[in-house]
Amino acid sequence: MSKKSGMTRRQFITTSALAGGGLLLACHVPFGNRYASAAADSSFAPNAFLRIGSDESVTVIVNKSEMGQGVYTSLPMLVAEELCCDWEKVTFVPSPVATEYNHAQFGPMMVTGGSTSVRSEWERLSLAGAAAREMLIAAAADEWQADPAACRAEKGVIHGPGGKMLTFGKLAAKAARLTVPKQPKLKSGSKTLLGKPLHRLDSPAKINGTALFSIDVTAPGMLTAVIARPPVFGGKVKNLDASKALAVPGVKQVVAVDAGVAVVADGFWPALKGREQLQIVWNEGEGGTVSTAAMAKEYARLAATPGLVARRDGDASAVLEKSKKRIMAEYELPYLAHATMEPLNCFVDLKKDSCLIRTGSQNQTADRNAAARVAGLKPEQVTLETTFLGGGFGRRACPSSDFVVEAVQVARKTGSPVKVIRTREDDMRAGYYRPMWFDRITACLDGQGLPLAWHHRIVGQSIIAGTPFESGMVKEGIDATSVEGAADTPYAIPNLQVELHSPRNAVPVLWWRSVGHSHTAFVMESFLDELAHTAGKDPYQYRRALLTRYPRHLKVLETAAQKSGWGSPLAKGQGRGIALHESFGSFVAQVAEVSLDAKGQLKVQRVVCVIDCGRIVNPDTVKAQMESGIVFGLSAALYGAITLKNGRVEQGNFHDYPLLRLAAMPLVEVHIIESSEPPGGVGEPGVPPIAPAVANALFAATGVRVRSLPLTPDKLKAALRDKT
Amino acid sequence: MIVFHVNGQERRVDANPETPLLWVLRDNLGLNGSKFGCGEGLCGACTVQIDGTPQRSCITPVGDVQGKQVVTIEGIAADHAVKQAWLAQEVSQCGYCQPGQIMSAVALLEKKPAPTDSDIDAAMSGNLCRCGTYGRIRQAIHAASKKNRVKGGSKS
Ligand code: FES
Ligand code: FES
Repeated sequence: MSKKSGMTRRQFITTSALAGGGLLLACHVPFGNRYASAAADSSFAPNAFLRIGSDESVTVIVNKSEMGQGVYTSLPMLVAEELCCDWEKVTFVPSPVATEYNHAQFGPMMVTGGSTSVRSEWERLSLAGAAAREMLIAAAADEWQADPAACRAEKGVIHGPGGKMLTFGKLAAKAARLTVPKQPKLKSGSKTLLGKPLHRLDSPAKINGTALFSIDVTAPGMLTAVIARPPVFGGKVKNLDASKALAVPGVKQVVAVDAGVAVVADGFWPALKGREQLQIVWNEGEGGTVSTAAMAKEYARLAATPGLVARRDGDASAVLEKSKKRIMAEYELPYLAHATMEPLNCFVDLKKDSCLIRTGSQNQTADRNAAARVAGLKPEQVTLETTFLGGGFGRRACPSSDFVVEAVQVARKTGSPVKVIRTREDDMRAGYYRPMWFDRITACLDGQGLPLAWHHRIVGQSIIAGTPFESGMVKEGIDATSVEGAADTPYAIPNLQVELHSPRNAVPVLWWRSVGHSHTAFVMESFLDELAHTAGKDPYQYRRALLTRYPRHLKVLETAAQKSGWGSPLAKGQGRGIALHESFGSFVAQVAEVSLDAKGQLKVQRVVCVIDCGRIVNPDTVKAQMESGIVFGLSAALYGAITLKNGRVEQGNFHDYPLLRLAAMPLVEVHIIESSEPPGGVGEPGVPPIAPAVANALFAATGVRVRSLPLTPDKLKAALRDKT
Repeated sequence: MIVFHVNGQERRVDANPETPLLWVLRDNLGLNGSKFGCGEGLCGACTVQIDGTPQRSCITPVGDVQGKQVVTIEGIAADHAVKQAWLAQEVSQCGYCQPGQIMSAVALLEKKPAPTDSDIDAAMSGNLCRCGTYGRIRQAIHAASKKNRVKGGSKS
């Protein structure tokens, strides 16, 4: 919940007159009103998040980027619940970049990430709705000379004594002249919208082709650019001959930018054809020496040396030293690309003293400021409009604003509006990956077979170092996201030590849906499974025994076991695996059922997923996000790897960076634990448990433990061979 | 000059015949519903129908559609059973792949009004969805098929 409601409440009372007689309170009317039916002259906008028109329209101004997670529905639901309006009249509009729309917890910036949209906006938007409801009631009461306490709001109508009724639209102009209540009271009693699986407000636009993504933005005279990028990270142009490129029909200009060489044309295709004709000699510098195979060796070497201590309970080293039987395992996880379905792109219209950016950003304030810097303008001269995002997963919240910066650099030289588009290969090879990880854990068991000591070393690049978040999230050299999910494990382990090495190298890394948890869940839940099997215990019961102090973990775990029929017989060649992970304030357990065919092809047949995410806005959205997280995590578990050789990223498109396809989709069942706890996130928590659940199921099916992702047929075949 | 029909309307474009149909639709004709995802025929985001068959417009030279009938997402009626089923099952997440998914599904149901799960696997596995909406896509296709059959096999 918002810790900064004091600040946001004060915003409620900033008032200013609205042309046409209404009242606009701290409300910047967003651009173009594209998604909302236009509010007529006397609309009522009691705060930055809400506008009620005399035509009965209710427009919620949404400060979070829509990238699939349904914020254009869940956030309006929060407002509408308290407003008591007619849900049929509710529309949404993306907010502009302004301080009112800053993240309620992350500091002075507008940003969507960390599975926080509902969590961080719950209080602020509820209060926004409640304030407006009180004002509409006050307006009606005044109209009727009645006691406001005798009036109530329901479905867009204020009902007064003696059966009197006035609609919100009729009251809007009057309500707009009232003072905004400083301490609006939230409704008591049952909810009318929250907790209901309402249909998404953005679905119609998404099925008829009208939803505007960044790549769809056009403007009169707009040009399109693609950029030739260095073959290795940090490469620079040594020599450029653009003459052939300029001879391609449709090509207008070839311009140098920091990212490489941009070919500007009157459409995407001529730009691409022009790029093929560029003759560039690159200066590769150090970048040409990077290889993931060498890095893996270096990481393994580091894992054998002490790192910075992130957690120390008891004395794991001493206990292990004395123990007769030690269990050691090493895990490896590769770099991963976000591979959003819409490749990164950005539209810029740069004028002498203004700049319009239209793009799918998760990180609007930083992107706007970066654009201003590059354009030589003040931030307030830059307008950034957030379009629909064709997937985000963290990639569109890049602290370097890479895809915005390069587009503004191109725009500085074109003199006309320009859209810079990355091809799939550009998008996949230009970096910002989930870091590659190497983990080594040594443990020993007590007399009951439970972990007595656990010594865990993690090796991988820091995502946060060098970003504006460093001061808050890197403490004494430890990036909190590198050890999240490991250093804070809930399992009862009396002697626990977690250490971290954060090597640096030229490969750019970034948060990737579920951040550190995407790595630690695999390691923790795989190794715990190994310990259970070593102890001869059932992996589910083993986890239960270690979680006695954690009722929410236990509940999702037990529900997953029950719903999946844990322990019931499966066909030969099939196996069941369980995994549990807490992330972003939510608790998720998953049971996967898998089988392996003769070709080493792993098939995930069924996944049972149980989530406790506290109070819920829209259960269908929660369900959809679990399904989505499972597929995202399965693509990584089964196929995903970005590798580099001689500095070159070896993957480029979906043939060598495959994603799960429909035929491989397991049956997914999602169960939601009813809860009155504070809301947790749902965008990311579905991802972490799936890889270990599948790897544990693979072990159950075959007796083979694979400790490196992805679980490719080659690896599985080799492991099966080694076993026999 | 290349002449073809898009959503029933005759269009004439002056473009290099090698230009992929996708970019002619998007850049020349302003039809942005068909999406660019890979440019290599690997993801299906650009799927359109050409003379009734689903095709990847990103690898179809516009010269090849001379005289043909092209249908894009914009040409599928809002009340089409597939679109209605997509809404009812709440398939879309980010939505970027969905025009392509819908075009593949429409073509499947035209050919096989009552597809089995393996028909759906075969017809839909060329369409990637990074948001992982596959389970709902399968349900939506079954639902649309059922609705069509209840209505006596009409294409709605
Ligand atoms: S864009 Fe055509 S198949 Fe991917
Ligand atoms: S809905 Fe996002 S890629 Fe399919």
